[in-house]
Amino acid sequence: MLVAILAIAALAAFFGILLGYSAIRFRVEGDPIADQIDALLPQTQCGQCGHPGCRPYAEALAKGEEEINKCLPGGEALVLALADLLGREPVAMDIKEKIPSVAFIEPEDCIGCTRCIQACPVDAIIGAAKQLHAVINSECTGCELCVEPCPVACIQMRPIQEDIQRWRWPYPARQPVESDSAAPLRDAA
Amino acid sequence: MVIALKPKSSPERRLWRFHGGIHIPDEKALSNGRAIERAPLAARLWVPLQQHIGAPGRPLIAVGDSVLKGQMIAEPTGFISAPVHAPTSGRVVAIEPHPVPHPSGLSAPCALIEPDGAETWAELPPPLADYPQLDPALIRERIRWAGVVGMGGASFPTSVKLTPGTDREIHTLIINGAECEPYITCDDRLMRERAAHILEGVRIMHHLLRVRTVLIGIEDNKPEAIAAMQLALAETDMGGYTEIVTIPTLYPSGGEKQLIRILTGKEVPTSGIPAQIGIVCQNVSTAAAVADAVLEGRPLIARVVTVTGHAIAEPRNLEVPVGTPIEHLIAQCGGYRETPRKLICGGPMMGFELRESTTPITKSTNCLLALAPAEAPDPEPALACIRCGRCAEVCPAKLLPQQLYWNARAKDLDRVQDYNLFDCIECGCCAQVCPSHIPLVQYYRYAKTEIWAREQEKRKSEQARARHAAKQARLERQEQEKQARLRKQKEALAAKPAAAADGDDAKKVLIEAARQRAAERKRSDAAGQD
Amino acid sequence: MPNSVISSPHVPRVNRVDRVMLDVLLALIPGILVMTWFFGWGLLINCVLAVTFAVAAETVVMLLRGRSPLIALRDLSAVVTAVLFALSVPPILPWWLTLLGMLFAIILVKQLYGGLGYNPFNPAMAAYVFLLISYPVAMTTWLAPAGLAEHPLSFMESLRLILNGTLPTGFEWDALSSATPLDEMRGKLDLGQTIEQIGQSQTWGWLGGRGWEWVGVAFLLGGVYLLWRRLITWHIPVSMLLGLTATATLFWAIDPHTHPSPIFHLFSGAAMLGAFFIATDPVTACTTKKGQLVFGASIGLIVYVIRSWGGYPDAVAFAVLLMNIAAPTIDYYTQPRVFGHGSART
Ligand code: SF4
Ligand code: SF4
Ligand code: SF4
Ligand code: SF4
Repeated sequence: MLVAILAIAALAAFFGILLGYSAIRFRVEGDPIADQIDALLPQTQCGQCGHPGCRPYAEALAKGEEEINKCLPGGEALVLALADLLGREPVAMDIKEKIPSVAFIEPEDCIGCTRCIQACPVDAIIGAAKQLHAVINSECTGCELCVEPCPVACIQMRPIQEDIQRWRWPYPARQPVESDSAAPLRDAA
Repeated sequence: MVIALKPKSSPERRLWRFHGGIHIPDEKALSNGRAIERAPLAARLWVPLQQHIGAPGRPLIAVGDSVLKGQMIAEPTGFISAPVHAPTSGRVVAIEPHPVPHPSGLSAPCALIEPDGAETWAELPPPLADYPQLDPALIRERIRWAGVVGMGGASFPTSVKLTPGTDREIHTLIINGAECEPYITCDDRLMRERAAHILEGVRIMHHLLRVRTVLIGIEDNKPEAIAAMQLALAETDMGGYTEIVTIPTLYPSGGEKQLIRILTGKEVPTSGIPAQIGIVCQNVSTAAAVADAVLEGRPLIARVVTVTGHAIAEPRNLEVPVGTPIEHLIAQCGGYRETPRKLICGGPMMGFELRESTTPITKSTNCLLALAPAEAPDPEPALACIRCGRCAEVCPAKLLPQQLYWNARAKDLDRVQDYNLFDCIECGCCAQVCPSHIPLVQYYRYAKTEIWAREQEKRKSEQARARHAAKQARLERQEQEKQARLRKQKEALAAKPAAAADGDDAKKVLIEAARQRAAERKRSDAAGQD
Repeated sequence: MPNSVISSPHVPRVNRVDRVMLDVLLALIPGILVMTWFFGWGLLINCVLAVTFAVAAETVVMLLRGRSPLIALRDLSAVVTAVLFALSVPPILPWWLTLLGMLFAIILVKQLYGGLGYNPFNPAMAAYVFLLISYPVAMTTWLAPAGLAEHPLSFMESLRLILNGTLPTGFEWDALSSATPLDEMRGKLDLGQTIEQIGQSQTWGWLGGRGWEWVGVAFLLGGVYLLWRRLITWHIPVSMLLGLTATATLFWAIDPHTHPSPIFHLFSGAAMLGAFFIATDPVTACTTKKGQLVFGASIGLIVYVIRSWGGYPDAVAFAVLLMNIAAPTIDYYTQPRVFGHGSART
């Protein structure tokens, strides 16, 4: 009897030490939490979260004043990452993720009013007063902030063309049939 | 069966084992019985303008141009880059996106060439038969000019691999004749028929790399190829440093890292290249292409492709110009015997499905596989992983595929890297033995491409953050400057009465400044007040 | 349609879960036969009942989850669980206990965690332990093996006993039941008898308890079949048996009068069944080879500890469940050295 208790106690102690050790060993040190959150945010600066840019949202999150599902460009992946980082429950996104797009200025119609330049948070539009404006595709984050201010409505969002370099292997469609322990899905049949 | 034919490999060469691996029916007999045939020219060739890994080439042609056979149509743009040459003479009808052999089935820029049938060669550089006396840089430049890339599937520019860094000595050149994927026999036939030519290429590479040893590894299910290579070797003076090594048939012994392990016992370090351990590995077809380039001045514009599978009427090996659409190859092999279930580019273990019959073959397309429904049955619905560990038993990279799968499925992209996702060579052994029929390799490919994409996104968002911060800073600066200007104005105004009491000089300066300001204001809005 | 992309390999798959499970069932046949020979029809009846209940439970759960029951039934894992359970419980267990056990195993232990592959605990053993704790008497009332039994039960008698609890006319429980060798050994050792004295009794055979020893041999045989078919690797069974043998030998060497020999331990209780069929359940065991060695050896050790000093005479179920908890951690720390990595990760 005694031996058994000792044995179990020893086992428990062993695993306890193991757990404690891994907690120390795998602890993430470093940046203040707002910086860590900001690093996760997509930096689209679109304001769709209701904050004037990514950094303010990060700070609100760090203070615990905000839901973690407000960033549309970040999508589900971001919600999961934030839930992980902040130790909160993942919350569903209300709106579907959007297709990555960039702004395009119709050269015919642009009157060169520079309003879009003022709106663009990342200076992805070049042009001067009374001149044709153009979007630098590689810098545009697709935030759509330039679309609204344009007085002649000549800015459209165009989906980024899928090409071989950008192509990703899709998540397998053939899911294990019993993998839905958390959320019941439809029948696999 | 073939024991009697089996040539003796030198008894003293020790072979090593790699972990795992599987035995699969090799199906090579379908296509290895016939000699390589030259296919007639197709009516139209779609030549992809990038057929290598590295910096994309710059096109040198325009629509409507006439091109000659062997004329360069895209030039390299960096060190790791390769040119593309016209596979035949004719006219460039279009330069447009066209489906290329890629798992995505997406299009990439191709030159559509309509052959004139004359096969007129462009002017070619002279053969370098005296290469042992020449500057190695010259030979490398020739190989680079010829657009030789790894023909086993990797399509990495060969000239780069043949340029050893100064920091590490290369001591062994390994020639990969293992051809471990089932069905594929193009290297087998090439070794049987053009052994001497391959060895010429090997000799050139030996000269360039100044290696001590050359090991040519061939799986023992290709006794004829081994015999032919040995015969050819006996007729050269390369016997002193070259050895043909028969290795046991076990998939994936033709994987670069696995072959190096088998022949030398060394492991290529993770995320490293063989050169780090003093080894360079080249495919036999590549060796032949090197010989073409150096000894005949011919660029790489054609290759041997195995056209096989039980759905093909007459499987065989064809030598075809790059850019030939696959439908043409299939027609040359008597068409289909039955409707194929899948059309695969490459072998069944690592190849990918082709969806367009006009997809062209490229420098690295070694096999076109039309699988009958019986050979490639529709995968059954996957079951949950029962953690049976079979996958781990066969994994040549010694990974834990079940743990990789677990984390890839959960989209836990950090944890999946903890389990060394990037050491997976995507050989497919694990998926082949998995009793739950989980598409394991696809999970790994998904996770890999996803990780790359996220890294790219991260870089992009870093950039966006920086640009945003820069804009904020600029706006702030402008604001401050405005504030500063206003303040100065106010100060100046406030200073005026006081200044009157001051010395003459200061007064003069102030008045002058005010006058100027006023003039400026007047000029700008014509409503100036003092 | 990017989602239609299907990755290589494009070859037929060689293994199937249902065939694996079928092979496990095949490997159990010698054991089932020998146990039936020694303990009568009750064992077979239990097997049939357990399988029926398990399949029914699985069907109901799958229907409740709004999915086709065939998906879960096809893999035969419920059948394996049921048979393993039936082989571990007394052959005259009342039917409703079997039902309870199967509901517990299939619904709580397996399906609630998400079904086969997601359950952290071995369902058969979890059910066994659950019943043992809740109904200790019924779960420890074993029949005397053939040759020692006063009255071998006929098929109808067994059936009545299981379904109705009706004893054959003219017999009392005491006449039918007998302690298992492990029970007897523990009991008599506690009374101060020496191994030699205990061994005098006619219930002792050549390797262990009469009848029981042959059951062990039969499961060993089935285990060899599994090894030969490469459905399991040697790591878990060998390390578990070695763990048990080593500990037993140590104590036996110290004092052979109060510690039974390692042979006795190997061929008593569920040691063989556990080593080859229960601890090797892939879902709940360790998956790395090194981890399996640790896993198996620990089970062997814990079995010895509980058998010798614990509150229950046999311990395989407890030991397996305990190590099930530890399996993920062990796995994490025993990852093999990946190709091209200089030294093993910790
Ligand atoms: S160009 Fe328009 S859509 Fe693109 S980043 Fe600037 S404001 Fe956003
Ligand atoms: S807001 Fe519209 S019109 Fe004005 S500069 Fe931008 S694109 Fe041109
Ligand atoms: S072979 Fe399949 S079922 Fe078995 S452990 Fe690997 S992934 Fe899981
Ligand atoms: S595909 Fe990757 S994980 Fe699977 S066996 Fe090959 S190397 Fe291992």
